[in-house]
Amino acid sequence: MADRLASDLLRPVFQTTGKFYALVAVLGGIVLCGAAAWGYQLYYGFGVTGYNWPVYWALHETNFVFWIGISHAGTLISAILRLVNATWRRPVTRCAEIITAFALMIGAMFPIIHLGRPWLAFFLIPYPSERGIWPNYRSPLVWDFFAINTYLLSSLLFLALPMIPDFALIRDRAAGLRKKVYSLLSMGWQGTPKQWHRLESAMHIMALAILPIAVSVHTIVSFDFSMAVVPMWHSTIFGPYFVAGAIFSGIAALIVVMALLRKALHLEAYLLPLHFENLGKLLLLMSLLWGYFVFNERLTVWYGNSPHEMNVFWSTQTGDFAPFFWTMVLCNFVIPFPLLAIKKLRSISTAVIASCCVVAGMWLERFLIIVPSLARKSTSYSWGTYTPEWTEIIIMVASFAAMALLYVLVSKLVPIISIWELKVGEHPKSKVPAVVREEETTAAGELL
Amino acid sequence: MNAIYGLYNTPDAAQRAFDGLRAQGLPTRGISIMSSEPLEEWEFASHDHETVMPWIAVIGGGLGLTVAYLLTAITQEVWPINTGGMPIVTNWTNIIVMFELTMLGAVLATVFTLFMTARLPRKLPQLYDPAISNGRILIGVANPQDSQLDGIERVLVSTNAEIVRKLG
Repeated sequence: MADRLASDLLRPVFQTTGKFYALVAVLGGIVLCGAAAWGYQLYYGFGVTGYNWPVYWALHETNFVFWIGISHAGTLISAILRLVNATWRRPVTRCAEIITAFALMIGAMFPIIHLGRPWLAFFLIPYPSERGIWPNYRSPLVWDFFAINTYLLSSLLFLALPMIPDFALIRDRAAGLRKKVYSLLSMGWQGTPKQWHRLESAMHIMALAILPIAVSVHTIVSFDFSMAVVPMWHSTIFGPYFVAGAIFSGIAALIVVMALLRKALHLEAYLLPLHFENLGKLLLLMSLLWGYFVFNERLTVWYGNSPHEMNVFWSTQTGDFAPFFWTMVLCNFVIPFPLLAIKKLRSISTAVIASCCVVAGMWLERFLIIVPSLARKSTSYSWGTYTPEWTEIIIMVASFAAMALLYVLVSKLVPIISIWELKVGEHPKSKVPAVVREEETTAAGELL
Repeated sequence: MNAIYGLYNTPDAAQRAFDGLRAQGLPTRGISIMSSEPLEEWEFASHDHETVMPWIAVIGGGLGLTVAYLLTAITQEVWPINTGGMPIVTNWTNIIVMFELTMLGAVLATVFTLFMTARLPRKLPQLYDPAISNGRILIGVANPQDSQLDGIERVLVSTNAEIVRKLG
């Protein structure tokens, strides 16, 4: 059994097909196009984009919020499932955690891409300087810096630590340079009971710590908007609304990624219909929660009937942005709800269709939060509109290609499913009561 | 380094070997056990559970909180912004930075403790067999006394070790 697991899951690491190189070439090409578009934007300035007064936050910010939201797929879901000891989580967690790491990296790029002079990005880092640039801890952008970096670092560690035993598996099977590299990565891992126990303890503590971090990250991203007195931004509901939306889009992205991996890496024996069904149920729950938040937000604005807010409200209900709004409702609620709620309709295909709709719908939601409020500010002489230019669109497409490229590359370096965790799932329950023997009274110094 | 070990196909066989070695008078800590998965359902792999890792995480969080408070409060005092009579040190907003660094401190302390207690990273010790990665379980003794060697070997062979090897 152990051999079969290892050989199935390590096959992509040891065997490279022509399809892999072709995929890397195509995705790499798209990413290069995105880099070229960014270079073009840098060289000619922001005039080549659709950014114009009064809409100075648009597609790049939409993508920033969208990718940070997608990052909630992984570490947060993995941590929750780990803490509640959901045994079905085992094949899912690493796929999910990888999404978090890459989505955060890509998301964190967008504030830098948005800068006209990104070489001054270090101004964002809150350090005191004598040039009159104060570290302003009152700014939500500085909060973003701390929150995103804390989440990124924690997520990378949460992803990397359980990889150590799997690196050791590769080390023991590899030869030549690969063996040397994996010897370094596995850090001398032997698999003693003490090492296993410490690893599991560390994962448990980190899962506990990462849950509030993940919630704080998207709450703080929502503060980028809700701290500003802009119509339909200045809302107390934004924190939980953003967090719910992030988990919603994150689960959808996870389902799509899992379906692609299942097909591409022939993981049908590991990523089972059960996993898609369970994640589909979570997605359904989040769809309902999302609908609840949207209703709350809209009802409060409509009931309050503040003229400034109603201008934005009607622009999204019946005005210029209405097609986007109703497509969002269709994608996030109308299509996924029956597909996920009706038992007869539940399958891997329907879960993937629902998830693709949700990913698109949640992207539209981010766009609808940002752009209409800026296009319909409080005074009507400051109204405007926004149409994206090809530079922003190419950069956005490249971000999706970058996510896919990073995923393809990482699937060559590590088993995409944690082998040791999968093996634990196949143990018979409670073989012998785990008793810590009396004779093992250890001195305090040895507890470590 | 001198060592003797046996490789076992199943945890049950490994448990028998472990019991046999203890019956020979070897202390639990003197028996080396290695596997490619945690086997905490079996007694032989369920010791070494006590750890102060959670407390070190709490201390790490406390350090993170202290650093964050000092970072925000001192910087705001030293490079004050004109706040128009509002407080210079804004604890409400600083709470966000303090929270993030508290959690970061806890996470880093946890990882640090893991590395220290699991003795990572280090060069792969001599007492190891790549067959562990194929699902075998290693039960052995490092640096046994000469008087114990025959007894240990007898136990390993009698408990159906797939392979018995001596190092050194």
